[in-house]
Amino acid sequence: MAKADISVKILRFQPEKDKKPHWQVYAIAVDDESTILDVLNEIHWQHDGTLAYRRSCRSSICGSCAMKVNGRNVLACETPIHRFGSKLKIEPLSGFNIIKDLVVDLEPFFEKLKRIKPYLILDKPLPDKEYVQSPEQLEQIGESTLCILCAACSAACPSSWPNQDYLGPAALLKAYRFIFDSRDDGADDRLEIVNDKNGIWRCHTIFNCMEACPKKIKITEYLSRLKVKVVENSL
Amino acid sequence: MKTDEARNYHKIDAVIVGAGLAGLRAALEVAKSGLSAAVISKVYPTRSHSGGAQGGIAAALANVSEDSLEAHMFDTIKGSDYLADQNIVEKFVNEALKTVYEFEHMGVPFSRTADGRINQRPFGGHSAPRACFAQDITGHVLLHTLYEQCLKHNVFFFNEFQVLSLLIENDLSRGLVAWDIRNGGLHIFHARAVLLATGGYGRAFKVTSNAHANTGDGVGLVLEAGLPLEDMEFVQFHPTGLYKHGILLSEAARGEGAYIINDQGERFMKTYAAAKMELAPRDVVSRAEQTEINGGRGIGGKDYVYLDLRHLGQKKILERLPQIYDLALNYLKVDAVKEPVPIQPTAHYSMGGIAANMNTEVIKDARGTMVKGLYTAGESSCLSLHGANRLGTNSLQDAATFGRIAGMRMSAFCRENGYSDLPASPLEKAQAKIDHLWQKEGQEKHAAIREDLQVNMTKLMGVFRNQDDMLKMQAVIKELQERYQKVTVDDHGMVFNLDLIEALELENLLSFSEVIVESALARKESRGAHFRTDFPKRDDAQWLKHTLAWRRNGKIVLDFSKEVVIYPQYQPQERKY
Repeated sequence: MAKADISVKILRFQPEKDKKPHWQVYAIAVDDESTILDVLNEIHWQHDGTLAYRRSCRSSICGSCAMKVNGRNVLACETPIHRFGSKLKIEPLSGFNIIKDLVVDLEPFFEKLKRIKPYLILDKPLPDKEYVQSPEQLEQIGESTLCILCAACSAACPSSWPNQDYLGPAALLKAYRFIFDSRDDGADDRLEIVNDKNGIWRCHTIFNCMEACPKKIKITEYLSRLKVKVVENSL
Repeated sequence: MKTDEARNYHKIDAVIVGAGLAGLRAALEVAKSGLSAAVISKVYPTRSHSGGAQGGIAAALANVSEDSLEAHMFDTIKGSDYLADQNIVEKFVNEALKTVYEFEHMGVPFSRTADGRINQRPFGGHSAPRACFAQDITGHVLLHTLYEQCLKHNVFFFNEFQVLSLLIENDLSRGLVAWDIRNGGLHIFHARAVLLATGGYGRAFKVTSNAHANTGDGVGLVLEAGLPLEDMEFVQFHPTGLYKHGILLSEAARGEGAYIINDQGERFMKTYAAAKMELAPRDVVSRAEQTEINGGRGIGGKDYVYLDLRHLGQKKILERLPQIYDLALNYLKVDAVKEPVPIQPTAHYSMGGIAANMNTEVIKDARGTMVKGLYTAGESSCLSLHGANRLGTNSLQDAATFGRIAGMRMSAFCRENGYSDLPASPLEKAQAKIDHLWQKEGQEKHAAIREDLQVNMTKLMGVFRNQDDMLKMQAVIKELQERYQKVTVDDHGMVFNLDLIEALELENLLSFSEVIVESALARKESRGAHFRTDFPKRDDAQWLKHTLAWRRNGKIVLDFSKEVVIYPQYQPQERKY
């Protein structure tokens, strides 16, 4: 491992001191195999303890560390610095209020999740063992269950920025995940929720969510299937 | 739930600390019984490290081959190197099927057999394909499903709160005090019942599969409250940690047929576990790996070996093990379809933890005297289900099953007991911790102390231990604890003060690490994950017993009078694979 000298420009906001966010530049040396999270840790642990950010698993599964690096939404933990060269520009996800530095207010994001009733709704009796679900039926929802709720998609969605009430790609993907689950009986209920001015029709198939998704979920495609389902259901 | 906002005071039937599988399963049970449940978590629930579990959840469904509860029970006992309490294992296997079917009914997207039933794969130390799985993201889908169920059943969530003190007086739990990370400030949670489901504590080690959050806060709080920890010397090292990062590559890879090879390209497990090969239990495989590395047979003579998936083929790798494929590619730039993946043992799971009985009730002594209203489940607990070594996929099952049992016991307790009075100055201890870090004019940085702890724990308390190394570690911890007295933080703000939280966590890391070292020094034998080169044999005559450890007047006090529960039909035997 060789050392790399890098310049890291971070959008800082300390609510108890700052009126508005401002850039701060750190010149540091790190291993050239470092990830963005390694860089933030290095700054926080060695140079400036006041820097705030979220992180936990550092293995791309907990969804804590989505942020914007050189204009792209990424998970800091899985993103190597060499993707961006020696100049990094790190800022919080767009479209959310900043709590402090790279930490944004995700309460509205999780509230939207609740709106679509994110749980299996069952009319039928419980079997003694498992419900039978074929591999093909599972395939319908398999990829959508990969979602880690990191909010990178919603933060990248131009339809979400001007309209805080829009459900956004993550909640709609969750609606898809349950509506297309062969075991679920709650589709009518949920389709009504997504068939709303702040629901599926605000998706203009811009594909930003798909590009931003660190799990490479084909979100736009699933949302399109959801649109078809809404139309079919209202015929 | 009643909240007095002016006083940051919350009164609630059951307070659950930790939003992983154990905590959420308990909260769901309490809420479904009609009582109020609040989950306090330092991260958003879906960020909990249960989500990091990959390979599966154990239950003898017998969906793909013959299996039985007896076989699951025997495998778990043998895997534990006979230190597990067999009444706990019996209860566990009896509940395991119900736990999995419940999950399926909640909507968990389990991978399926061709005829639409839950699919199962082989796992280390299990004598049948018993791991019910969802690709290699089993923990992730279980965690998200449980969180969604908790939303449905109106569990209250206090996300990004750090618990700082337990309110216990006269062996009766009364609630706790937590710091609001987002806004700053202390909150009192006045509860009839409290569950500690704070997870593992691999962050005491430099090379670990654990998340940043896994700092053993519940374990540290229990020590501080004068209550015992059990079997803390047993730390599991997972054989397939991603080289240099320590990140978990699931045993599911080997369950699907992957090999482990040394510099000569040999499947060296044939020397160590000829029958089970790569699917021997983790303690056995990690020791084999470390032996190869120490013998100069690591790749290029270095400190790693290879996990080889190539013969599985692209289709199987991408269908069954997509996360493993992505991790190797993203973190090491290794394409597992074409190249073997560098791996090394990584600190993974804590068999020890907060001492509790089979009902998840926390105990205060070897006789089993209960602390009323205080419960623990999941990795933070020691019941003891896993003894000296846990089998893969038994942890998710443990967390969910005993989480449910904890929820049931807490609900029953709440129905029979009112709220106990809070101590006279409930905030005192928590406030002192904050003040200590904010007012000190010290020179020490928490990051430097933590780094010294982690590097030395990995070096001196790893797969192979000996008295000299452990005495060195004992001295290191003493020095680090002295340095912690002079620790200071840069950030004096109230809002999202990560600096403060990390410094608070460090106190817990230092506290329970001392117990790991003292317990390991005292146990002069090798059993399960605890291997001493100076005492390389298991010694049932002397050491077939549990370790209890308390902090009293600043010193760790040990007791070995807690017997292991052994049934006549499962007497200790030599452990061969």
